[in-house]
Amino acid sequence: MAKKQVMFTFPHNLIKEPIIYLLSHKFEVVTNIRRADVTENRGWVVLELEGKDKEIDAGIAWVIEKGVRVDPIEGDIIEG
Amino acid sequence: MSFATGLRCRKCGQEYPLQPLKVCDFCLSPVEVNYDYKAMIQAVSRQSIASGPATIWRYRDLLPVETKDEIDLGTGMTPLVKADNLGWKLGLERLYIKNDCLTPTYSFKDRAVAVAVNKAKEFGFNTVACASTGNLAASVAAHAAKAGMRAYVFVPSNVEPGKLVGVSIYKPNLVTVEGSYDDVNRLCAEVAQKYNWGFININLRPYYAEGSKTLGYEVAEQLGWQSPDCVVAPAASGLLFTRIWKGLQELSMLKLIEPVNTHMYLTQATGSSPIVKAYEAGSLHIHPVTPNTIVTSIAIGNPADGYYALMVARQSGGGAQDVNDEEAIEGMKLLAETEGIFAEAAGGVVIAGLRKLVQSGKIHKDQLTVAFITGAGPRTQEIVSDVVQPVKVEPNLKSFSEVAGVGV
Repeated sequence: MAKKQVMFTFPHNLIKEPIIYLLSHKFEVVTNIRRADVTENRGWVVLELEGKDKEIDAGIAWVIEKGVRVDPIEGDIIEG
Repeated sequence: MSFATGLRCRKCGQEYPLQPLKVCDFCLSPVEVNYDYKAMIQAVSRQSIASGPATIWRYRDLLPVETKDEIDLGTGMTPLVKADNLGWKLGLERLYIKNDCLTPTYSFKDRAVAVAVNKAKEFGFNTVACASTGNLAASVAAHAAKAGMRAYVFVPSNVEPGKLVGVSIYKPNLVTVEGSYDDVNRLCAEVAQKYNWGFININLRPYYAEGSKTLGYEVAEQLGWQSPDCVVAPAASGLLFTRIWKGLQELSMLKLIEPVNTHMYLTQATGSSPIVKAYEAGSLHIHPVTPNTIVTSIAIGNPADGYYALMVARQSGGGAQDVNDEEAIEGMKLLAETEGIFAEAAGGVVIAGLRKLVQSGKIHKDQLTVAFITGAGPRTQEIVSDVVQPVKVEPNLKSFSEVAGVGV
């Protein structure tokens, strides 16, 4: 089983969507929220995803397709 | 000797021994090096520092490196120049330029990488890695060459080959990745997890960060052991900005300078300015953006230390200023024409930002202000290629006098 730590940033129109709940039901991925800040206008969640690589990758691709920004928790790694 | 005692989470306070660690295991927040300042204050004095080498290693006691035989390219003690010509143009009476173009690989990254590579060696890594389009890559490759370590440098495949000459000359393993910047970020996060390497800005990031403190130390020492009234510096990940502040605060804590009353101003290019946007919105949340600017060396859309940079700008009574690409280019040219310093575009952002801060009355003419120029211009000189406007003459004096308008 692999683990991946990511940050989801939700746009305004997705704040009310149960994205994380659906992620763990559509894919064989265990979600573990570590930090979050969600208001009525915006939100971000730092979480750990656990599962098979294939399931995690497919799950992340689905989340991105829904319109959520997904970043490594380290922030942007590539620097000038 | 080093007085580093361990790592500490910046959010939840969880402590860890000194080790390669990218984030806190509990809350996944950044960690930073903790020191025994009580012991440090007994060992460090202005004299002990002044008697050290003219490099960052004069501050060895304030850094987390144990080895006495450090890998050293000679980084540090770059000039702090009194910039009277530029100051006159901008309306500042006491303006200084900290010129970090003059480091071994031509950017401030040498400070951070010097500490990170030495820690990598101490931790037993034989390979160091980074993802970069220029300055960081060159610095990592050069330090690895000196250290006899393997280096892996990851770049997006669309980076112009010309930009990579200053990296490849040190013979790292250069890996071009087919994909966007985000794809490179994701790949590197996975590579860092899989391979037992010292990834400079991932698992070595707490140590990498500490090298940048030396910019704050040097400026205070070069000003005769005082902290400036105002600092203007670029912000990409926000790390440099927070570490200049930390450097000044530590000197004050060690009673080497008076309590710090410096107003910290960060500058960003408008096309990649998530920290400035959060500052202007009065928000504590840095909303990631997709960079769209020619100022590539500070084009970071999701800054890892953005929140902390924002807090420093706020708590110090400073601020945040963005400038567009045209203004950045004008800033580059103004700095070169007035002070003879050819900075990269990030330096142009600093100078153009400084100009706006003066014009809006935030920085006053009598305040002792230090502008940080953190990288040299030649690596990306094509963005100012329009400055080449020669006077064309025939090979005789008459033509020269006529065309150039020089009276005989």
